[in-house]
Amino acid sequence: MPSLPDIMTPDAEGLARQAGQGGAHAPAADADQDAFFEFLLRMGDNALILGHRNSEWCGHGPVLEEDIAMSNMALDLIGQTSLWLGLAAEVEGKGRSADDLAYLRDAWDFRNLLLVERPNGDFGATLMRQFLFDAFHFHQLQALSGSADPRVAEIAQKALKEVSYHLERSAEQVIALGDGTDESHARMQSALDDQWCYALEMFASDATDVTMAQAGIAPDPASLRGVWDETVDAVLDQATLKRPEGSFAHKGGKQGTHTEHLGYILAEMQFLQRAYPGASW
Amino acid sequence: MRPAVSQVWDWLAEVPDPEIPVISLTDLGIIRDVEWQGEVLVVTVTPTYSGCPATAVINLDIENHLLSKGIEHVMLRRQLTPAWTTDWISDQGRDKLRDYGIAPPIDGTAPDGDVMARVTSLTGRGNMAVPCPRCNSNDTRRVSQFGSTPCKASWVCNACLEPFDYFKCH
Ligand SMILES: [Zn+2]
Repeated sequence: MPSLPDIMTPDAEGLARQAGQGGAHAPAADADQDAFFEFLLRMGDNALILGHRNSEWCGHGPVLEEDIAMSNMALDLIGQTSLWLGLAAEVEGKGRSADDLAYLRDAWDFRNLLLVERPNGDFGATLMRQFLFDAFHFHQLQALSGSADPRVAEIAQKALKEVSYHLERSAEQVIALGDGTDESHARMQSALDDQWCYALEMFASDATDVTMAQAGIAPDPASLRGVWDETVDAVLDQATLKRPEGSFAHKGGKQGTHTEHLGYILAEMQFLQRAYPGASW
Repeated sequence: MRPAVSQVWDWLAEVPDPEIPVISLTDLGIIRDVEWQGEVLVVTVTPTYSGCPATAVINLDIENHLLSKGIEHVMLRRQLTPAWTTDWISDQGRDKLRDYGIAPPIDGTAPDGDVMARVTSLTGRGNMAVPCPRCNSNDTRRVSQFGSTPCKASWVCNACLEPFDYFKCH
Protein backbone atom coordinates (compact mmCIF):
# COMPACT_ATOMS: atom_id res chain seq x y z
CA MET A 1 0.00 0.00 0.00
CA PRO A 2 1.42 3.36 -0.92
CA SER A 3 1.87 5.86 1.83
CA LEU A 4 1.08 9.43 0.88
CA PRO A 5 4.17 11.03 -0.65
CA ASP A 6 6.69 12.27 1.82
CA ILE A 7 5.79 15.69 3.03
CA MET A 8 8.99 17.53 3.48
CA THR A 9 9.65 19.59 6.54
CA PRO A 10 7.17 21.87 8.21
CA ASP A 11 5.33 23.26 5.24
CA ALA A 12 1.81 24.16 6.18
CA GLU A 13 2.94 25.37 9.56
CA GLY A 14 5.84 27.26 8.08
CA LEU A 15 3.67 28.76 5.43
CA ALA A 16 1.19 29.95 7.98
CA ARG A 17 4.04 31.53 9.89
CA GLN A 18 5.32 33.18 6.74
CA ALA A 19 1.92 34.51 5.91
CA GLY A 20 1.75 36.01 9.38
CA GLN A 21 5.22 37.52 9.10
CA GLY A 22 4.49 39.03 5.74
CA GLY A 23 1.53 40.80 7.30
CA ALA A 24 -0.69 39.10 4.75
CA HIS A 25 -4.29 38.95 5.78
CA ALA A 26 -5.14 35.39 6.77
CA PRO A 27 -8.90 35.34 7.01
CA ALA A 28 -8.92 31.61 7.64
CA ALA A 29 -8.25 32.35 11.27
CA ASP A 30 -11.47 34.31 11.49
CA ALA A 31 -13.62 32.18 9.24
CA ASP A 32 -15.64 29.31 10.50
CA GLN A 33 -12.97 26.68 11.09
CA ASP A 34 -15.38 23.79 10.84
CA ALA A 35 -16.51 24.90 7.40
CA PHE A 36 -12.91 25.45 6.37
CA PHE A 37 -12.00 21.94 7.49
CA GLU A 38 -14.97 20.51 5.57
CA PHE A 39 -13.99 22.41 2.45
CA LEU A 40 -10.41 21.13 2.64
CA LEU A 41 -11.65 17.56 3.08
CA ARG A 42 -13.75 17.97 -0.05
CA MET A 43 -10.72 19.12 -2.03
CA GLY A 44 -8.49 16.39 -0.65
CA ASP A 45 -11.04 13.59 -0.87
CA ASN A 46 -11.96 14.31 -4.49
CA ALA A 47 -8.29 14.10 -5.42
CA LEU A 48 -7.68 11.03 -3.26
CA ILE A 49 -10.60 8.95 -4.47
CA LEU A 50 -10.21 9.85 -8.13
CA GLY A 51 -6.47 9.25 -7.80
CA HIS A 52 -7.20 5.84 -6.34
CA ARG A 53 -9.64 5.02 -9.14
CA ASN A 54 -7.01 6.02 -11.70
CA SER A 55 -4.41 3.87 -9.96
CA GLU A 56 -6.68 0.84 -10.46
CA TRP A 57 -5.81 1.10 -14.17
CA CYS A 58 -2.11 0.58 -13.49
CA GLY A 59 -1.13 -2.49 -15.49
CA HIS A 60 -4.56 -2.68 -17.17
CA GLY A 61 -4.47 0.21 -19.65
CA PRO A 62 -5.48 -0.53 -23.24
CA VAL A 63 -2.04 0.56 -24.47
CA LEU A 64 1.18 1.24 -22.61
CA GLU A 65 1.05 5.02 -23.08
CA GLU A 66 -2.45 5.25 -21.64
CA ASP A 67 -1.50 3.03 -18.75
CA ILE A 68 1.39 5.37 -17.97
CA ALA A 69 -0.78 8.46 -18.38
CA MET A 70 -3.35 7.08 -15.96
CA SER A 71 -0.70 6.30 -13.36
CA ASN A 72 0.87 9.73 -13.75
CA MET A 73 -2.45 11.42 -13.22
CA ALA A 74 -3.06 9.25 -10.17
CA LEU A 75 0.31 10.38 -8.87
CA ASP A 76 -0.52 14.05 -9.40
CA LEU A 77 -3.85 13.63 -7.64
CA ILE A 78 -2.41 11.75 -4.67
CA GLY A 79 0.28 14.43 -4.41
CA GLN A 80 -2.39 17.10 -4.33
CA THR A 81 -4.25 15.07 -1.72
CA SER A 82 -1.29 15.24 0.62
CA LEU A 83 -1.28 19.04 0.32
CA TRP A 84 -5.03 19.49 0.87
CA LEU A 85 -5.34 16.93 3.67
CA GLY A 86 -2.13 18.24 5.25
CA LEU A 87 -3.71 21.66 5.48
CA ALA A 88 -7.01 20.13 6.65
CA ALA A 89 -5.20 18.36 9.48
CA GLU A 90 -3.49 21.58 10.47
CA VAL A 91 -6.72 23.57 10.41
CA GLU A 92 -8.47 20.89 12.45
CA GLY A 93 -5.74 21.17 15.06
CA LYS A 94 -6.32 17.79 16.68
CA GLY A 95 -2.91 16.36 15.95
CA ARG A 96 -4.03 14.25 13.01
CA SER A 97 -1.85 14.01 9.90
CA ALA A 98 -2.72 13.85 6.20
CA ASP A 99 -2.09 10.09 6.39
CA ASP A 100 -4.46 9.75 9.36
CA LEU A 101 -7.17 11.52 7.40
CA ALA A 102 -6.62 9.40 4.31
CA TYR A 103 -6.28 6.01 5.95
CA LEU A 104 -8.19 6.13 9.20
CA ARG A 105 -11.51 7.77 8.40
CA ASP A 106 -14.52 5.71 7.47
CA ALA A 107 -16.89 6.23 4.56
CA TRP A 108 -19.25 8.66 6.31
CA ASP A 109 -16.35 10.99 7.06
CA PHE A 110 -15.33 11.23 3.41
CA ARG A 111 -16.45 14.34 1.53
CA ASN A 112 -15.75 13.47 -2.09
CA LEU A 113 -18.25 13.80 -4.91
CA LEU A 114 -20.18 10.67 -5.81
CA LEU A 115 -18.84 11.01 -9.36
CA VAL A 116 -15.25 10.20 -8.41
CA GLU A 117 -16.18 7.03 -6.53
CA ARG A 118 -18.08 5.61 -9.53
CA PRO A 119 -16.59 2.31 -10.65
CA ASN A 120 -14.16 2.72 -13.55
CA GLY A 121 -16.26 0.84 -16.08
CA ASP A 122 -14.58 0.61 -19.46
CA PHE A 123 -11.76 2.90 -20.53
CA GLY A 124 -14.20 5.29 -22.18
CA ALA A 125 -16.26 5.65 -19.01
CA THR A 126 -13.10 6.33 -17.02
CA LEU A 127 -12.05 9.03 -19.50
CA MET A 128 -15.47 10.63 -19.56
CA ARG A 129 -15.58 10.81 -15.76
CA GLN A 130 -12.09 12.26 -15.80
CA PHE A 131 -13.06 14.89 -18.37
CA LEU A 132 -16.22 15.97 -16.55
CA PHE A 133 -14.24 16.31 -13.33
CA ASP A 134 -11.15 17.91 -14.93
CA ALA A 135 -13.25 20.65 -16.50
CA PHE A 136 -14.67 21.44 -13.05
CA HIS A 137 -11.38 20.99 -11.21
CA PHE A 138 -9.55 23.28 -13.61
CA HIS A 139 -11.96 26.19 -13.18
CA GLN A 140 -12.23 25.60 -9.45
CA LEU A 141 -8.45 25.69 -9.01
CA GLN A 142 -8.21 28.77 -11.18
CA ALA A 143 -10.60 30.55 -8.82
CA LEU A 144 -8.85 29.14 -5.75
CA SER A 145 -5.53 30.52 -7.00
CA GLY A 146 -6.86 33.89 -5.91
CA SER A 147 -8.12 32.64 -2.53
CA ALA A 148 -8.03 35.05 0.40
CA ASP A 149 -6.22 32.32 2.30
CA PRO A 150 -2.61 32.24 1.05
CA ARG A 151 -2.19 28.56 1.95
CA VAL A 152 -5.15 27.63 -0.22
CA ALA A 153 -3.97 29.88 -3.04
CA GLU A 154 -0.55 28.33 -3.23
CA ILE A 155 -1.78 24.74 -3.22
CA ALA A 156 -4.24 25.69 -5.97
CA GLN A 157 -1.54 27.38 -8.06
CA LYS A 158 0.61 24.29 -7.82
CA ALA A 159 -2.23 21.88 -8.60
CA LEU A 160 -3.53 24.01 -11.45
CA LYS A 161 -0.39 23.44 -13.49
CA GLU A 162 -0.90 19.69 -13.23
CA VAL A 163 -4.63 19.74 -13.79
CA SER A 164 -4.17 21.83 -16.96
CA TYR A 165 -2.45 18.81 -18.47
CA HIS A 166 -5.14 16.48 -17.16
CA LEU A 167 -7.85 18.56 -18.81
CA GLU A 168 -5.99 18.81 -22.07
CA ARG A 169 -5.50 15.07 -22.18
CA SER A 170 -9.00 14.04 -21.20
CA ALA A 171 -10.53 16.54 -23.64
CA GLU A 172 -8.41 15.15 -26.48
CA GLN A 173 -9.36 11.61 -25.62
CA VAL A 174 -13.05 12.36 -25.35
CA ILE A 175 -12.88 13.96 -28.80
CA ALA A 176 -10.83 11.13 -30.29
CA LEU A 177 -13.17 8.44 -28.99
CA GLY A 178 -16.43 10.36 -29.35
CA ASP A 179 -15.61 11.23 -32.94
CA GLY A 180 -14.10 7.80 -33.52
CA THR A 181 -15.67 4.53 -34.58
CA ASP A 182 -19.35 3.70 -34.15
CA GLU A 183 -18.41 1.50 -31.22
CA SER A 184 -16.28 4.10 -29.44
CA HIS A 185 -18.86 6.81 -30.10
CA ALA A 186 -21.64 4.69 -28.62
CA ARG A 187 -19.59 3.89 -25.55
CA MET A 188 -18.66 7.52 -24.94
CA GLN A 189 -22.25 8.68 -25.34
CA SER A 190 -23.42 6.05 -22.91
CA ALA A 191 -20.65 6.98 -20.45
CA LEU A 192 -21.74 10.60 -20.67
CA ASP A 193 -25.42 9.77 -20.19
CA ASP A 194 -24.68 7.52 -17.22
CA GLN A 195 -22.46 10.00 -15.38
CA TRP A 196 -24.25 13.25 -16.08
CA CYS A 197 -26.49 13.08 -13.00
CA TYR A 198 -23.43 12.44 -10.82
CA ALA A 199 -21.43 15.25 -12.42
CA LEU A 200 -24.08 17.80 -11.50
CA GLU A 201 -23.38 17.31 -7.79
CA MET A 202 -20.30 19.46 -8.45
CA PHE A 203 -22.50 22.55 -8.61
CA ALA A 204 -24.82 21.79 -5.72
CA SER A 205 -23.82 24.39 -3.13
CA ASP A 206 -24.54 23.98 0.55
CA ALA A 207 -23.99 26.04 3.70
CA THR A 208 -20.28 25.13 3.80
CA ASP A 209 -19.80 26.44 0.28
CA VAL A 210 -21.62 29.67 1.09
CA THR A 211 -19.50 30.21 4.19
CA MET A 212 -16.30 29.67 2.21
CA ALA A 213 -17.46 31.99 -0.56
CA GLN A 214 -18.36 34.71 1.90
CA ALA A 215 -14.93 34.42 3.52
CA GLY A 216 -13.33 34.77 0.09
CA ILE A 217 -11.60 31.43 0.55
CA ALA A 218 -13.29 29.49 -2.24
CA PRO A 219 -15.70 30.12 -5.10
CA ASP A 220 -19.29 29.03 -4.67
CA PRO A 221 -19.33 25.88 -6.85
CA ALA A 222 -22.64 26.95 -8.39
CA SER A 223 -20.82 29.95 -9.84
CA LEU A 224 -18.52 27.64 -11.83
CA ARG A 225 -21.36 26.15 -13.86
CA GLY A 226 -21.13 28.73 -16.65
CA VAL A 227 -17.44 28.24 -17.44
CA TRP A 228 -17.79 24.48 -17.02
CA ASP A 229 -20.66 24.44 -19.50
CA GLU A 230 -18.58 26.36 -22.01
CA THR A 231 -15.64 23.96 -21.78
CA VAL A 232 -17.80 20.86 -21.79
CA ASP A 233 -20.00 22.04 -24.66
CA ALA A 234 -17.01 22.91 -26.84
CA VAL A 235 -15.45 19.50 -26.33
CA LEU A 236 -18.68 17.52 -26.68
CA ASP A 237 -19.39 19.36 -29.89
CA GLN A 238 -16.03 18.35 -31.35
CA ALA A 239 -16.60 14.85 -30.03
CA THR A 240 -19.98 14.70 -31.81
CA LEU A 241 -21.55 13.72 -28.50
CA LYS A 242 -24.95 14.88 -27.36
CA ARG A 243 -25.12 16.69 -24.08
CA PRO A 244 -27.75 15.11 -21.78
CA GLU A 245 -30.74 17.30 -21.01
CA GLY A 246 -31.35 16.15 -17.47
CA SER A 247 -30.90 18.48 -14.52
CA PHE A 248 -31.38 15.86 -11.81
CA ALA A 249 -28.30 15.46 -9.62
CA HIS A 250 -27.45 12.63 -7.24
CA LYS A 251 -26.16 14.37 -4.14
CA GLY A 252 -24.77 13.51 -0.73
CA GLY A 253 -21.10 12.75 -1.28
CA LYS A 254 -20.01 16.21 -0.16
CA GLN A 255 -21.90 15.71 3.09
CA GLY A 256 -20.74 12.14 3.69
CA THR A 257 -23.62 10.09 2.28
CA HIS A 258 -21.96 7.80 -0.23
CA THR A 259 -22.80 5.04 -2.63
CA GLU A 260 -21.77 1.51 -1.73
CA HIS A 261 -18.76 1.82 -4.01
CA LEU A 262 -16.76 3.98 -1.61
CA GLY A 263 -16.69 1.24 1.01
CA TYR A 264 -14.94 -1.12 -1.39
CA ILE A 265 -12.39 1.53 -2.30
CA LEU A 266 -11.61 2.18 1.35
CA ALA A 267 -11.44 -1.53 2.14
CA GLU A 268 -8.63 -1.84 -0.36
CA MET A 269 -6.94 1.49 0.24
CA GLN A 270 -7.00 1.39 4.03
CA PHE A 271 -6.55 -2.30 4.70
CA LEU A 272 -2.90 -2.17 5.66
CA GLN A 273 -3.20 0.73 8.08
CA ARG A 274 -6.23 -0.91 9.67
CA ALA A 275 -4.57 -4.30 10.02
CA TYR A 276 -1.16 -2.95 11.03
CA PRO A 277 -1.75 0.46 12.61
CA GLY A 278 1.18 2.80 12.21
CA ALA A 279 2.97 0.55 9.71
CA SER A 280 5.40 2.48 7.53
CA TRP A 281 8.35 1.86 5.28
CA MET B 1 31.75 25.11 10.54
CA ARG B 2 29.76 27.48 8.37
CA PRO B 3 30.94 27.31 4.75
CA ALA B 4 29.97 30.22 2.53
CA VAL B 5 26.55 30.06 0.92
CA SER B 6 28.18 30.22 -2.53
CA GLN B 7 30.21 27.14 -1.63
CA VAL B 8 27.00 25.33 -0.63
CA TRP B 9 25.44 26.21 -3.98
CA ASP B 10 28.45 24.67 -5.71
CA TRP B 11 27.99 21.52 -3.65
CA LEU B 12 24.31 21.37 -4.47
CA ALA B 13 25.24 21.63 -8.14
CA GLU B 14 26.94 18.26 -7.68
CA VAL B 15 23.76 16.48 -6.59
CA PRO B 16 22.15 14.75 -9.57
CA ASP B 17 18.43 14.55 -10.12
CA PRO B 18 17.57 10.97 -9.11
CA GLU B 19 15.44 10.30 -12.17
CA ILE B 20 17.44 12.21 -14.78
CA PRO B 21 20.95 11.97 -13.35
CA VAL B 22 22.60 13.96 -16.15
CA ILE B 23 21.25 17.17 -14.69
CA SER B 24 21.81 18.51 -11.20
CA LEU B 25 19.26 19.82 -8.74
CA THR B 26 20.47 23.34 -9.44
CA ASP B 27 20.14 22.81 -13.21
CA LEU B 28 16.58 21.72 -12.56
CA GLY B 29 15.93 24.96 -10.70
CA ILE B 30 14.32 23.41 -7.64
CA ILE B 31 16.74 24.85 -5.07
CA ARG B 32 15.20 28.21 -4.26
CA ASP B 33 17.32 29.44 -1.37
CA VAL B 34 20.27 28.60 0.84
CA GLU B 35 20.86 30.44 4.10
CA TRP B 36 22.42 30.01 7.50
CA GLN B 37 20.14 30.39 10.48
CA GLY B 38 22.61 30.20 13.33
CA GLU B 39 24.30 26.84 13.04
CA VAL B 40 21.55 25.41 10.86
CA LEU B 41 21.79 25.47 7.09
CA VAL B 42 18.32 26.01 5.66
CA VAL B 43 17.86 24.80 2.10
CA THR B 44 14.60 25.78 0.45
CA VAL B 45 13.38 23.35 -2.17
CA THR B 46 10.32 23.56 -4.39
CA PRO B 47 8.70 20.36 -5.67
CA THR B 48 8.45 19.82 -9.43
CA TYR B 49 5.14 17.91 -9.36
CA SER B 50 3.17 17.59 -6.15
CA GLY B 51 3.14 13.80 -6.32
CA CYS B 52 6.61 13.30 -7.75
CA PRO B 53 8.04 10.22 -6.01
CA ALA B 54 11.56 11.58 -6.50
CA THR B 55 10.88 14.30 -3.94
CA ALA B 56 11.74 12.14 -0.93
CA VAL B 57 14.89 10.87 -2.62
CA ILE B 58 15.95 14.40 -3.54
CA ASN B 59 15.63 15.50 0.08
CA LEU B 60 17.69 12.59 1.26
CA ASP B 61 20.34 13.20 -1.39
CA ILE B 62 20.66 16.86 -0.43
CA GLU B 63 21.04 16.03 3.24
CA ASN B 64 23.54 13.25 2.64
CA HIS B 65 25.66 15.29 0.26
CA LEU B 66 25.86 18.27 2.59
CA LEU B 67 26.58 16.01 5.57
CA SER B 68 29.44 14.48 3.57
CA LYS B 69 30.81 18.00 3.17
CA GLY B 70 30.84 18.44 6.92
CA ILE B 71 27.64 20.39 7.43
CA GLU B 72 26.02 18.89 10.49
CA HIS B 73 22.70 20.65 10.73
CA VAL B 74 20.67 20.80 7.57
CA MET B 75 17.03 21.77 7.52
CA LEU B 76 15.00 21.36 4.35
CA ARG B 77 12.15 23.71 3.84
CA ARG B 78 9.52 23.11 1.20
CA GLN B 79 8.24 26.11 -0.68
CA LEU B 80 5.22 25.86 -2.94
CA THR B 81 5.04 29.47 -4.10
CA PRO B 82 6.05 30.55 -6.63
CA ALA B 83 5.30 27.16 -8.13
CA TRP B 84 8.19 25.50 -9.93
CA THR B 85 8.29 26.11 -13.65
CA THR B 86 10.44 24.57 -16.36
CA ASP B 87 11.53 28.15 -17.16
CA TRP B 88 13.91 27.68 -14.22
CA ILE B 89 15.83 24.87 -15.89
CA SER B 90 19.25 26.34 -16.65
CA ASP B 91 20.61 26.68 -20.19
CA GLN B 92 23.34 24.26 -19.23
CA GLY B 93 20.65 21.87 -17.96
CA ARG B 94 18.81 22.11 -21.27
CA ASP B 95 21.95 21.23 -23.21
CA LYS B 96 22.59 18.28 -20.94
CA LEU B 97 19.02 17.04 -21.39
CA ARG B 98 19.32 17.24 -25.16
CA ASP B 99 22.65 15.39 -25.14
CA TYR B 100 21.03 12.72 -23.00
CA GLY B 101 18.21 12.24 -25.54
CA ILE B 102 15.48 14.22 -23.78
CA ALA B 103 14.08 17.18 -25.70
CA PRO B 104 14.17 20.20 -23.35
CA PRO B 105 10.95 22.14 -22.65
CA ILE B 106 9.82 24.77 -25.11
CA ASP B 107 9.04 27.77 -22.91
CA GLY B 108 5.59 29.22 -23.06
CA THR B 109 3.86 26.05 -24.24
CA ALA B 110 2.29 24.94 -20.96
CA PRO B 111 -1.46 24.35 -21.22
CA ASP B 112 -3.58 27.29 -20.19
CA GLY B 113 -6.97 25.64 -20.02
CA ASP B 114 -8.04 26.91 -23.42
CA VAL B 115 -8.45 23.31 -24.49
CA MET B 116 -10.11 23.93 -27.81
CA ALA B 117 -7.27 26.13 -28.98
CA ARG B 118 -4.83 23.38 -28.18
CA VAL B 119 -6.55 20.11 -28.79
CA THR B 120 -4.68 18.26 -31.47
CA SER B 121 -6.21 16.79 -34.54
CA LEU B 122 -6.88 13.09 -34.81
CA THR B 123 -3.77 12.56 -36.89
CA GLY B 124 -1.94 12.75 -33.58
CA ARG B 125 0.12 15.69 -34.80
CA GLY B 126 0.64 18.27 -32.07
CA ASN B 127 0.31 21.99 -32.47
CA MET B 128 3.96 22.58 -31.76
CA ALA B 129 7.21 21.26 -33.13
CA VAL B 130 9.56 19.56 -30.71
CA PRO B 131 12.90 18.97 -32.44
CA CYS B 132 14.18 15.41 -32.21
CA PRO B 133 17.10 15.33 -29.74
CA ARG B 134 18.86 12.75 -31.90
CA CYS B 135 18.58 13.98 -35.51
CA ASN B 136 17.19 17.47 -34.86
CA SER B 137 14.30 16.96 -37.28
CA ASN B 138 11.14 18.95 -36.60
CA ASP B 139 9.10 16.15 -38.12
CA THR B 140 8.06 14.63 -34.80
CA ARG B 141 4.80 13.71 -33.15
CA ARG B 142 3.48 13.30 -29.65
CA VAL B 143 2.52 9.80 -28.59
CA SER B 144 1.26 10.72 -25.14
CA GLN B 145 1.05 13.78 -22.94
CA PHE B 146 2.55 11.62 -20.18
CA GLY B 147 5.76 9.64 -20.02
CA SER B 148 8.13 7.66 -17.86
CA THR B 149 8.09 10.33 -15.13
CA PRO B 150 5.53 13.02 -14.30
CA CYS B 151 7.67 15.71 -15.97
CA LYS B 152 7.95 14.07 -19.37
CA ALA B 153 5.80 13.35 -22.42
CA SER B 154 6.36 10.58 -24.97
CA TRP B 155 7.24 11.62 -28.52
CA VAL B 156 8.51 9.89 -31.61
CA CYS B 157 10.57 11.20 -34.52
CA ASN B 158 9.11 10.60 -37.97
CA ALA B 159 12.49 11.16 -39.61
CA CYS B 160 14.77 8.81 -37.68
CA LEU B 161 11.87 6.81 -36.20
CA GLU B 162 13.35 6.92 -32.69
CA PRO B 163 11.02 7.43 -29.75
CA PHE B 164 12.16 10.12 -27.31
CA ASP B 165 11.12 11.86 -24.11
CA TYR B 166 10.10 15.49 -24.12
CA PHE B 167 10.53 17.42 -20.87
CA LYS B 168 7.19 19.13 -21.01
CA CYS B 169 6.69 22.77 -20.29
CA HIS B 170 5.28 23.32 -16.82
ZN1 LIG C 1 14.99 12.01 -35.12
